[in-house]
Amino acid sequence: MPKKLTIQYFALLREQRGLDQETVQSDAATAASLYADLAQEHGFTLPTTALKVALNDDFADWQSPLSDGDTVVFIPPVAGG
Amino acid sequence: MTPPSQPPPSFAISAEPLQPEALKQQLLDGHAGALATFEGWVRNHNEGQAVERLEYSSYPALANKEGQRILAEAFQKFAIDAAIAQHRVGLLEIGGIAVWVGVSAAHRGAAFDACRYIIEEIKGRVPIWKKEYYSDGATDWVNCHQET
Repeated sequence: MPKKLTIQYFALLREQRGLDQETVQSDAATAASLYADLAQEHGFTLPTTALKVALNDDFADWQSPLSDGDTVVFIPPVAGG
Repeated sequence: MTPPSQPPPSFAISAEPLQPEALKQQLLDGHAGALATFEGWVRNHNEGQAVERLEYSSYPALANKEGQRILAEAFQKFAIDAAIAQHRVGLLEIGGIAVWVGVSAAHRGAAFDACRYIIEEIKGRVPIWKKEYYSDGATDWVNCHQET
């Protein structure tokens, strides 16, 4: 059964998606496969090797299983300081 | 002398200009014999290009969480009395303060070491992004060059 996921976008990904946030219905089992689907659909240029991922506002493993209602954030390379 | 009761780690993301003098006042303590501070400034060049201004943005929920973790780690690793770190978001002009770190300690070694630790970890871990606006009108998200 598809899961309802909220995706928040920041920085370069926000520009490439043209949205701050969206809710999607997805069959993706993991964050990695969700990103692969979205990258293909929207032409994201960053590979997963350059990104980190957060689930429900904390860092998570790319292979963590996604649950219905999760908030997902793909984190581009940081550049604070 | 026993150190003062440890203040809570104090990390913040600020949309307003940082106030180094006011932040420094918060670190004053009779137990401390040293204060080390670091200011990160907006410079007018990066990798050979003339930079006009910068825009910082963050993922606030996780940036705050990770920033507090870094300060807590500094308290674990170094004999320090107090530490504050703040990072700006929004549009900054050349010379503006992008990040401020201050650490007070009984002795200078721990103050320097903790200050260095905090700024390096912020740069490497906290979800904050920098967009540069160049003199020729181009823009770029730093570190996000397309790698595919």
